[in-house]
Amino acid sequence: MQYRTATSRGAASASLLFKYGAGAAVRVLALLSCLLLLDAAASNAEGAEELKFAELYSEVSSLGITLSDKLKSLDGRDVAMTGFMAPPLRPSINFFVLTRSPMSICPFCSSDSDWPIDIVAVYVEKRITSMPFDRPIRVEGRLELGTKTDEATGFVSLVRIYAHSLREE
Amino acid sequence: MFWRKALIVVGMILLSGRSAFADATLVTLPIDRAKFLAGQKFDMEIEVRGAKADEIKVSIDGRDAAEFFGVAPVLKNEDSLSSYRLNGVALLKPGAVKVDVEARAEGKTIRSSVNYTVAAPGQKRAKNVILFIGDGMGLASRQIARIMSKGITQGKYDGLLNMELLNDGMALVSTSGYDSLVTDSANAASAYATGHKSVVNAMGVYENSSKDPFEHPKVENIAELVRRARGMSVGLVTTSNITDATPAAMVAHTRRRAEQNYIAGEMLKADVVLGGGSWHFLPASSPGSKRKDERNLIDEFKFAGYAFAKDRAELASAKGGKILGLFNLDNMNVYLDREMLKDPEVLGGFTDQPTLPEMTQKAIDTLSMNENGFFLMVEGACIDKQLHAMDWERSAYDTIEFDKAIGVARKFAEKEGSTLIISTADHSHGISITGTYHERDGKSGREAVRTYANAIFPTFSDAGGDGYPDDPAPDVTLVVQYANHPDYYEGYKAQSKPVSPAIMSGDAAVANASRAPGGVFYLGNIPVAESSEVHAADDVPLSAAGPGADYFMGVMDNTEVFFGIVGALGLDPTQK
Repeated sequence: MQYRTATSRGAASASLLFKYGAGAAVRVLALLSCLLLLDAAASNAEGAEELKFAELYSEVSSLGITLSDKLKSLDGRDVAMTGFMAPPLRPSINFFVLTRSPMSICPFCSSDSDWPIDIVAVYVEKRITSMPFDRPIRVEGRLELGTKTDEATGFVSLVRIYAHSLREE
Repeated sequence: MFWRKALIVVGMILLSGRSAFADATLVTLPIDRAKFLAGQKFDMEIEVRGAKADEIKVSIDGRDAAEFFGVAPVLKNEDSLSSYRLNGVALLKPGAVKVDVEARAEGKTIRSSVNYTVAAPGQKRAKNVILFIGDGMGLASRQIARIMSKGITQGKYDGLLNMELLNDGMALVSTSGYDSLVTDSANAASAYATGHKSVVNAMGVYENSSKDPFEHPKVENIAELVRRARGMSVGLVTTSNITDATPAAMVAHTRRRAEQNYIAGEMLKADVVLGGGSWHFLPASSPGSKRKDERNLIDEFKFAGYAFAKDRAELASAKGGKILGLFNLDNMNVYLDREMLKDPEVLGGFTDQPTLPEMTQKAIDTLSMNENGFFLMVEGACIDKQLHAMDWERSAYDTIEFDKAIGVARKFAEKEGSTLIISTADHSHGISITGTYHERDGKSGREAVRTYANAIFPTFSDAGGDGYPDDPAPDVTLVVQYANHPDYYEGYKAQSKPVSPAIMSGDAAVANASRAPGGVFYLGNIPVAESSEVHAADDVPLSAAGPGADYFMGVMDNTEVFFGIVGALGLDPTQK
């Protein structure tokens, strides 16, 4: 509902942009314990197609999910999505789950809770040790579709982004 | 000296039903003071923990247990664990039973005794039983629903809820499991379904040392009993995942309620299965599935003769004596979102979900075709889930919806004449009505919480007369406060969308800044790792009407709800 008002009261982390490159890493280290160390792949902010959570599926029913035409047309291309980073399984991990709303529970930590339907797995080339969970983050990267099981965690994803840029919204 | 030691050991045996000697512990399952319906099947297991036992001797009222039951024991003998287990046994004779256990370990002998009670089958008084479980619905939840749905004028209520008109029996029910003061929904529902206490996250089992959630000793549940003893039909209706704890405990046996893939398969024990959670029924390769295998349970149900309904329209037209209705991949949406606000972003494509009263009506219509009668469990699941999220308004609309479902059952019972209706909760939440909230004089936040005389009365209106207030945020609303909570922001007003009060950040829950903009910050009073409001150990009210309802009176243990049900039905599983 009012996520944009969130930054004024956010408790968990910094308000700075995280981008690639040595300069950015220094800024981050200097300011916070939050570390995002991705490889210096070229950022592609201009070419990324904006994708909203509401646009992921064309049909959702008890019989399953149908991927939207827009989502399918973007397979393999650069997209940009804004959402919330769910608390990861381990403090240091090379992927995290992007959700529409902030997660009050951690499905990785508690066996009795489950992920919502509309989630995106975000893979990063180097490990993230910390990012804010309570404020929106913007992810840009290459979209990949299709069921895939993460070897380390057993996590099954349907929609993935191989990120080359992450920043707080 | 010897006698002093011996006295201590005997004292420990008497106090706990366990004894410890040479670091070994003797555990007998079912536990001391367990109560059975005569003929109810169970697994009996004796574990010697912390030692390799040379021999375990078990006797029932002085007779060798294996001989008594006519069952060969399954023995396990590992370095630090030995076990003696008798599977699928039953005590047939009503009265008191004493179990003596003797184990030799490390050259020593350790002993323990437990006592059981076996209840005699009752006279059949009721043909059908409908058990309504308002999950987490404590006394305050009932009253909030009464205020909002019925209204109050000059201090007198303008009406009572359906559940409050169940007048033939009333009790306060205590809810603890055998492991802990505060229970969860699996453990709590298991007590209703089996008459035996269990432990948090478990259903239909006692807890042994096994890491395998399916290796724990089982006790026969209500769904199995009514089928075996009388050929009755079974129905399960809820607004959550149908594999969630409360409906699951009616049919399943597992130490871990999270085993929802397995629980989905166990739903074949019921004839009518209505709720959310289809993702545990879809094969893993189907997008949206939460299964780890390729079983297509919807097809398996169809093959077993069930009509399948995926939405309200299909439910209305479903025919036959068996129905599987799954109306959401996950939990169904709550009444306020589903029937009133209808925000597409919140509903996420599920725009045709039935109401709880509609599901209840369909279940009764279908189950009542069985001449042998039926057992139906109807759960108001999100009364609890919304209180965890500290959204008492959403919880209250679901309590009202739950009460409407009880109304459907009351109408049926009035005509049918031999149906016992029970309404209760499985556990409580620490909520209380402090007064009201309004900003008529310009005050807001904490200063606008009106107490005592300033509280006057809330101004909920119901122009349509359907029992659901037209606006969840009237000019003067209730102030409902929480005894426990994480760090959170309180706005004292209904939220347009469900928003979590706190979210996890590392190991700590932090207040969700996107909730209640401009609201008051309250520092949490439970461990920082808790991101939601948690259950309370408060007793819960139970109301009942119909034949057998007079069993419920005074203060009762939650396991007694089971004995009230099987007693009213006069179930006698000793003959089968």
